[in-house]
Amino acid sequence: MNTFKYQKTIFIIGCIAVLLLTVTLRAYALDVKRSVLSNGMTLMTVERHSIPVVMVSVGISAGNLHEHKDKAGLANLVASLLDEGTTSRTSQQISEEIEFVGGSVGASGGSDYIRISLSVLKKDLDLGFDLLSDIMLRPVFPEDELKKTVERVKAGLKSQEESPGFLASREYKKAIFGEHPYGRLITGTEETLDRITRADLVDFHSQYYYPNNAVMAVVGDVTPGEVQKLIDRYFAQWKPGQISLPSLAQPSLQKERKIITIDRNLTQANILLGHLGVSRGDPDYYSLSVMNYILGGGGFASRLMQNIREEKGLVYDIHSYFDPDKYSGSFRVGLQTKNESANIAIKEVLEEIKKIRELPVSDGELSDAQSFLTGSFPMRFETGARIAGFLVAVEYYGLGLDYIDNYPGYINSVTKEEVMRVAQKYLHPDNYTLVVVANQEETGLNKD
Amino acid sequence: MAMIKLHLFLFLALIFLISGCAHPGVQGDKTIIEEKGSPVYTELLDNGLKVFVIQDVNAPLAVFQIWYDAGSINEQVGKTGLSHVLEHMMFKGTPAYGPNSFSKIIKRAGGIDNAGTSKDFVYYYQKLAPDRIFLSIELEADRMQNLIMQDADFLSERDVVMEERRMRYEDDPQSLVYEEVVSTAFKNHPYRWPVIGWMEDLERIKRDDLWHYYRARYVPNNAFIIVGGNINVASVVDKIKKEFGGIPRGPEIPELNIQEPEQRGERRVYVKKEAELPYVLSAYKTPNILHDDSYALDVLAGVLSGGKSARIYRSLIDEQQIALSAGAGYSNFNKFPFLFYLYGTPLPGTAIETLEQALYNEVEKIKEQPPSQKEIQKAKNQIEAEFIMSQDSIFYQAMVLAEFEMIGDWKLKDRYIEGIGNVMPEDVQRVARKYIVEDNRTAGILIPLKTQPVK
Repeated sequence: MNTFKYQKTIFIIGCIAVLLLTVTLRAYALDVKRSVLSNGMTLMTVERHSIPVVMVSVGISAGNLHEHKDKAGLANLVASLLDEGTTSRTSQQISEEIEFVGGSVGASGGSDYIRISLSVLKKDLDLGFDLLSDIMLRPVFPEDELKKTVERVKAGLKSQEESPGFLASREYKKAIFGEHPYGRLITGTEETLDRITRADLVDFHSQYYYPNNAVMAVVGDVTPGEVQKLIDRYFAQWKPGQISLPSLAQPSLQKERKIITIDRNLTQANILLGHLGVSRGDPDYYSLSVMNYILGGGGFASRLMQNIREEKGLVYDIHSYFDPDKYSGSFRVGLQTKNESANIAIKEVLEEIKKIRELPVSDGELSDAQSFLTGSFPMRFETGARIAGFLVAVEYYGLGLDYIDNYPGYINSVTKEEVMRVAQKYLHPDNYTLVVVANQEETGLNKD
Repeated sequence: MAMIKLHLFLFLALIFLISGCAHPGVQGDKTIIEEKGSPVYTELLDNGLKVFVIQDVNAPLAVFQIWYDAGSINEQVGKTGLSHVLEHMMFKGTPAYGPNSFSKIIKRAGGIDNAGTSKDFVYYYQKLAPDRIFLSIELEADRMQNLIMQDADFLSERDVVMEERRMRYEDDPQSLVYEEVVSTAFKNHPYRWPVIGWMEDLERIKRDDLWHYYRARYVPNNAFIIVGGNINVASVVDKIKKEFGGIPRGPEIPELNIQEPEQRGERRVYVKKEAELPYVLSAYKTPNILHDDSYALDVLAGVLSGGKSARIYRSLIDEQQIALSAGAGYSNFNKFPFLFYLYGTPLPGTAIETLEQALYNEVEKIKEQPPSQKEIQKAKNQIEAEFIMSQDSIFYQAMVLAEFEMIGDWKLKDRYIEGIGNVMPEDVQRVARKYIVEDNRTAGILIPLKTQPVK
């Protein structure tokens, strides 16, 4: 399995690509052609001719990191409204055209970057690129579509008030990240949405939607040459621009325990426990992946699942994870248990966190974690859509195209001592945030 | 916006769970059928076990699935949820591999595994590197025969399932409405009870109930296997024969033969529960994919609800602006006739009655005038494209094959696409008039009780 070939070649492509470096990466049958076009856009292509389908994923660094907190939700609205009208097509025309051929095109917001995706049959690829470029380059953000979308986002927020998982996550992020954009809902709130005007959307689009701020992955029944022709035809007018990222204060670790309770008439307590974690670029990320697999990331192979589900029958699902973003990240343990069991489940979680800090993991646990993490890597390439999303993330987080080659080495070099070192450095069983959404009377949360 | 597509390949009414001896083989029938996609190799072992192998040289991983005709419709009144609890217990281990070992062994091999239970069936799967797929074959053959089922493990796992029920139903208002609607629409057919079971039954199920069910239904003649990926067909088949071939055939299980009596008027249920917005779900009894009307019903669902350009989104969400989300869906992929749905959540300020009526109005328009040729063509194109895109992963290729096989015959797949292609606008109008009518409806309404403000 670990027979990777890695080659660099330079070849010549069409008119808008002057400077280009093409890296061919072959691993797990994944052969990526990468180039940086003259307008600054990074383009990656993977040929996959098994079915007549093409998937495109675009990441643009225009997430809610880039919006002002008073207008939280702006970045998400811009993404959501891309397909709601362009200089040459109405919202209805766009949906009619793409849906008629059984395809889809659209965008969604995010913290670090927004994602635009296209999926289309090979025979409709030209139409797909036409629509994709139209919504990316020439959206007009019609006033009435903005109004309708804002109403729906607000109603969606209201409806999510009945979801205990949503409430817990919202309060948790707010507590962990404070004023940092990662602490906000990407949708914004009713209050901030009311401050957003059409002019804000137009400005935001003209500030961040540049090719030198974008990464595109094209995966499917298509050759790099065909992709280049489509780019030349549909994205030739996309010109680079100056991008400035607002300066953001780094969120800091909490110095004390915080407990947040929300009282709801529920049968289960929805619990999140954790604190700040690491950013995706942190060199300790891989050691943490191994440590967390053993603690609570490894499903039935993890200690939390073994103890709290298998031995005690207290939960259906329990997991822990480090959620790394570009500039920071979080660590969290999540579980649901009947209200009466909340205290015991929380106690057990804290015990497991203490244990992995204080005692070395076993040789078996370490090697199991390493064999899973390295062996399951190809699952990320199961479908064209997954490959496209994966490549955009690899590029955005600067992991390098040799990431696929290097990953097993990163994981396999982790030792038991290293697991303990990162557990001690990054797990904080005293200074954490605990959010409990539950019937508080039945839960009787122990706050000692 | 919560565009729930209930199409064939996406809607599997499954409860997915992260749960967690060699005899000489015997010859049976074998055939190789060249499909438009990947070739499918089939074989029937003498003990009744059917084997399908899909060779896909492009797949980065291999998949193993075993399907048992052991879904919740095979349970008894008072024992609902048993099929699904047994699915959990299947991860508890065997003497050969030890307790709670299954998922750990798969993960150690770099694979993932899971299982799902639906009303009709239960299935187990693993995804692994192609050179490790023999591991699945050994483990699955072992647990078909040698499951450890200790009372203490059973009691603890029953608690886990109760937590699962709390999470999926008790604390989720819209799921409660679904459960009520289905159990009201059917009064005789076992489709009426939820796969996860009623809490009251879960509290009463015994270890021995599971054991008898396991012994009766987890037998080779009540199962089939699908292996897919870039694998050597002959060696996979040989290995399956070696591991499964010696497992004795179980007693024949009679076909379920339960008919639902005719419905003579609308049924209506209300669920009162803490929630922010009301919700309506109207269900109509409709035939399954074995009936010729199913193709037109599938196209009807597409015309009503196949994206932002379809009628319900355009009218209720975009133009009238009365719904946060709304749509239609057709659950054609059941062994027995099941349901067609209309559903929606109103925007704040819109009465639930207004939204409910607006949903019915969209169907009435089709009853008055058939959809345009272009709308029909769009719905067909969507179904076809979805079908092609579903072939992207070897896992879904196997799923599609299995779903058809469970209903009757995996080769129905081709008849299905052909049937969709033949649907005319008048057919869509005809099935709307025939099935989507008041007397055939069960409507469920969520009445929100006030929640307390966040403290």
